Amino acid sequence: MNMKLVYFSWIRERVGFSEEEVNLPSDVKTVADLFDWLRGRGEEFEGFLQQPDIIRVALDHVHADGREASLSGIKEIALFPPMTGG
Amino acid sequence: MKIPIIKIQVRQENFDLNDEIRALTANRTDVGAVVSFTGICRDENHTLSALEIEHYPGMAQAEILRIAEIACSRWPLGGMVAIHRYGKILPGENIVLVVAASKHRQAAFDGANFLMDFLKTRAPFWKKEFFADGSKGEWVSAKDDDDGALVKWNQPEP
Repeated sequence: MNMKLVYFSWIRERVGFSEEEVNLPSDVKTVADLFDWLRGRGEEFEGFLQQPDIIRVALDHVHADGREASLSGIKEIALFPPMTGG
Repeated sequence: MKIPIIKIQVRQENFDLNDEIRALTANRTDVGAVVSFTGICRDENHTLSALEIEHYPGMAQAEILRIAEIACSRWPLGGMVAIHRYGKILPGENIVLVVAASKHRQAAFDGANFLMDFLKTRAPFWKKEFFADGSKGEWVSAKDDDDGALVKWNQPEP
């Protein structure tokens, strides 16, 4: 399925760009699956995914509810570190 | 109270606290308490030249609105304002404003506190520091205290 991935803060800097269109394999069904798939895309992804616990994920602009959250029907996935606003 | 008025803005421009309170309380007499919080760019050691605040444009405003709506469902609030700036912010400049209005003071204090606590850990903003000596900026780390601050909102009301 076609999906937009967006990256923020130091994850954006590690990846080297802020957004991309990807065609996810059909067996990538959850956030955990997405992390596994991203790890296989090169060391810039493997690097930040070595600390998966601190990676935050939003699905269509809403915080994902855990790593088993479904990607079904989602158009935009954001990956970012813990937030530091306010 | 009437249906609460909620105003959420994510913008580069500065804000004026008095203007926001005046707008929130204009033409109504049901408000007896207004509490505000202003977050300001701090530089205690004169080492910071600026903060650069990055945000997620599609999500930042929506997430703050979700938090404000929860606050309005939890306390009898007449209105809330939240303004968060992004871009380059100099020491001494405003970063964020939260205003809560209610009939009585406790709901306004609690509503503003709740919105600010959840905004810090759930609204998609990231601060990067730039130093006065020209050295490369670092991304600010999230504080465990900020997560800890949320615990109190899960306790039963005292």
